[in-house]
Amino acid sequence: MIARLADGVPRKGLWLLAALLLLLTLFPLFASGYLLAIGFLILYFAYVGQAWNVMMGFAGQLSLGHSLYVGLGAYAAAALYVHFGVSPWIGLGAAIGISMLAGAAIGFLAFRFGVAGVYFAILTIAFAEFARIGFDHFAWVRGSSGLFLPVANYTENDLWNLRGSPVMFYYLMLAMTAGAFVLCHALLRSRMGYYWLAIRESPEAAAALGVNVFRYKMYAVVISAAMTSLSGVVFAFYYNNLFPEQIFHISRSIELILGPIIGGIGTLVGPIVGAFLLTGLAEGLRELMLQLGIDVPGVKQVFYGLCLLLVIMFLPDGVWPPLARKLGLHR
Amino acid sequence: MLTVDGVDLYYGDAQALEGVTLEVPAGEIVAIVGANGAGKSSLIRTIAGLERARAGRVVFKGREITRMPSHAICDLGIGQVAEGRQVFPSLTVEENLQMGALLPRARAGARDAMAQVYSMFPKLAERRDQLAGTLSGGEQQMLAIGRCLMGQPELIMFDEPSLGLAPTVVQEVLHTIRALNRKGMTVLLVEQNVAVSLRISQHAYVLENGRVVMSGPGESLLRDDRVRQAYLGL
Repeated sequence: MIARLADGVPRKGLWLLAALLLLLTLFPLFASGYLLAIGFLILYFAYVGQAWNVMMGFAGQLSLGHSLYVGLGAYAAAALYVHFGVSPWIGLGAAIGISMLAGAAIGFLAFRFGVAGVYFAILTIAFAEFARIGFDHFAWVRGSSGLFLPVANYTENDLWNLRGSPVMFYYLMLAMTAGAFVLCHALLRSRMGYYWLAIRESPEAAAALGVNVFRYKMYAVVISAAMTSLSGVVFAFYYNNLFPEQIFHISRSIELILGPIIGGIGTLVGPIVGAFLLTGLAEGLRELMLQLGIDVPGVKQVFYGLCLLLVIMFLPDGVWPPLARKLGLHR
Repeated sequence: MLTVDGVDLYYGDAQALEGVTLEVPAGEIVAIVGANGAGKSSLIRTIAGLERARAGRVVFKGREITRMPSHAICDLGIGQVAEGRQVFPSLTVEENLQMGALLPRARAGARDAMAQVYSMFPKLAERRDQLAGTLSGGEQQMLAIGRCLMGQPELIMFDEPSLGLAPTVVQEVLHTIRALNRKGMTVLLVEQNVAVSLRISQHAYVLENGRVVMSGPGESLLRDDRVRQAYLGL
């Protein structure tokens, strides 16, 4: 199984991946609390970026409303835990189910009635906005005043209830990111991966070749939604508070797609590289400004904008594809 | 092999096809000619299951396919070389060909089919690692045909294969279609280029405003005064 998964990956790439994994595994041993929090964020964005990439990078369907699935996942698991003391791992089932249903509803509406491209993207925004406004008035989850989880006890790690130290969350996120990488690698190499590629390149030609375009677009949306909702669950239990105005906000949807765009849409490594670059550099910049005693609000957003601008101008395929060629890891 | 019987197609309120009836016998080249907007592409898209007829039936090898989804129709053996070539530009020639063999009916024989396509189009073999978007127009058309053959169809529908190609390349494409037909392939050819398509087809239908207004052997339509006046400018 492992050997088969490694098929077609250059040996050098495997070594680099193993080295990266080892480095990330050892990271908490020497990282401060602050660095660990940044490490968690980087892995979080690498994971959701990967999930979004399934839809956009693999199947060519642009979603600008992925905060919907993060929020649905977060609220489903958190509400079940707060109200009934249900373990988040069981809540995860509900989270994934609800997100898949939401994804299927959006996909069905769009793909059945030929809504594509920019119009599809607008539809995804609309649904995220519905959810934001709806949850503001959803009393069971405390509406706009926010849902709070009992604060974690840092001294004891309870993985079953996801109550514990940042180190536990870091390793959980690392496992998820690694898992998503392996899953996406397998998906890309599956027959479905080829169907997606055909659909992304040209839906008309794909249909003429006998690809069931509707079905495989639906699969892409539903798989991406399910993966994204898992990150929502972890998000809820890590931050312990949820506000519809924050979690469903469009800026969250945008934030999570910057990584894959900058790293390289449709590549496996792109979302990871993008998350490292963006979050790592943005936090570094913030720290630097703090040390220098300069306080400029919104500097992170300006930095994101600048990165995006430079990448689109000079590296339209993202940072990873040219980097991979330099390292001799092409394809 | 393929029978279209009284097909009506509407886009909203606009009628694109009106009671179109035609027959494509096995082993023949059947041409559909007509001016721009006569409904030629609509007819192909209806047969392929990309548009839904409001009335009428399409039957392929004795099976009604009128309401079948397009992927199922492909899998029954109707291949399509779409208008404007529609290759995958950022994939290599070989990957484009592999994409053609994703159908259940084609998976097992993909390797042999690939060898056949390469022997038929040696240029594609030379350029197997080149990105399809960097091929010339004629080469892209060859690739589109090759990719269609990878699906091992029994009937190929060509939608305007000569569109946007240099005259010498058009000859080459028509040669290819003829060669395929000689090997037993059934062909439904839609062309604006009336003269050549009538010349290579055993039977032809003339479409006007969504209706079949004339039909007969290609050679006899070529001699028909109305056809000569309306389409050949003679």
